[in-house]
Amino acid sequence: MTIQEWISGPVNWFFIVVALIVIFCALRVVTAHNVVHSALYLVASMAGVAVLFLMLGAEFLAWALVLVYIGAVLVLFLFGIMITRAPTGLDEGLSSSRKILPALMAVVLFGLMSWASIQAFGTSAMVGLGPPADTAVLGEALLGRFVIPFEVVGFILTAALIGGITIARRDLTPLEEEERQAI
Amino acid sequence: MVLIQFLVVGAALFSIGVYGLLVRRNLVLILLSVELMLAAVNINLVAFESHLATSQLIGQVFAIFVITVAAAEVGVGLAIVLMIFRNRKTSNVDDLELMRW
Repeated sequence: MTIQEWISGPVNWFFIVVALIVIFCALRVVTAHNVVHSALYLVASMAGVAVLFLMLGAEFLAWALVLVYIGAVLVLFLFGIMITRAPTGLDEGLSSSRKILPALMAVVLFGLMSWASIQAFGTSAMVGLGPPADTAVLGEALLGRFVIPFEVVGFILTAALIGGITIARRDLTPLEEEERQAI
Repeated sequence: MVLIQFLVVGAALFSIGVYGLLVRRNLVLILLSVELMLAAVNINLVAFESHLATSQLIGQVFAIFVITVAAAEVGVGLAIVLMIFRNRKTSNVDDLELMRW
């Protein structure tokens, strides 16, 4: 493979900028010393991933990612961070002190996966050149061929919602229990 | 654009997620690392969909499923973290040693 193919043309320059932003923000997610900063860097990283989806022609998915991650999941995360913060306000012990072995593992994993993909696909496989995907086709696939997995996923979401409420609900104290029974 | 570019970005995101999962000691931050890994999987699914151009957009359908399951996972995961914090006053995994030997 040649470097030429990676940096030729404005599309690739744009891609490289977005990819670097995504990877930089992801690195900050796992290295930041402040939990809130970590969560906010995840927002930036997810926004970058949404741009990558747009470049691949997956319009609906990109906006779904923005809505679900930036709109809902991050609010949940910030909520969780605010509640589980140590009362002192200090964020100590966020990371383990033994970082070398995990870093080595991650680098080896990255090298292995990149090498395997380059071996398997080379530079011949082109992507993102056609028109954007038709959302109507996506909807027909979801409610046609994939209707049973779709229903299963809906069921999982409902179960997770009920499970989340059940787990996080505060148990009543014996006194409150009595009061409730009196009513 | 070539397929490899997206696969390499996906591999990098996944490796960063693995690093975060192994290094972080706060339960919420571990969940954030898992989100990074799921995003990497989504990039791969959408990139292969764009490459193969299936008539029914199978890759994007599966990416939607992954996003949905990730949302469910965050909901239940944070509820569990909340409960652990309420009972043990900590969200550090090193302090949760009750079921370890």
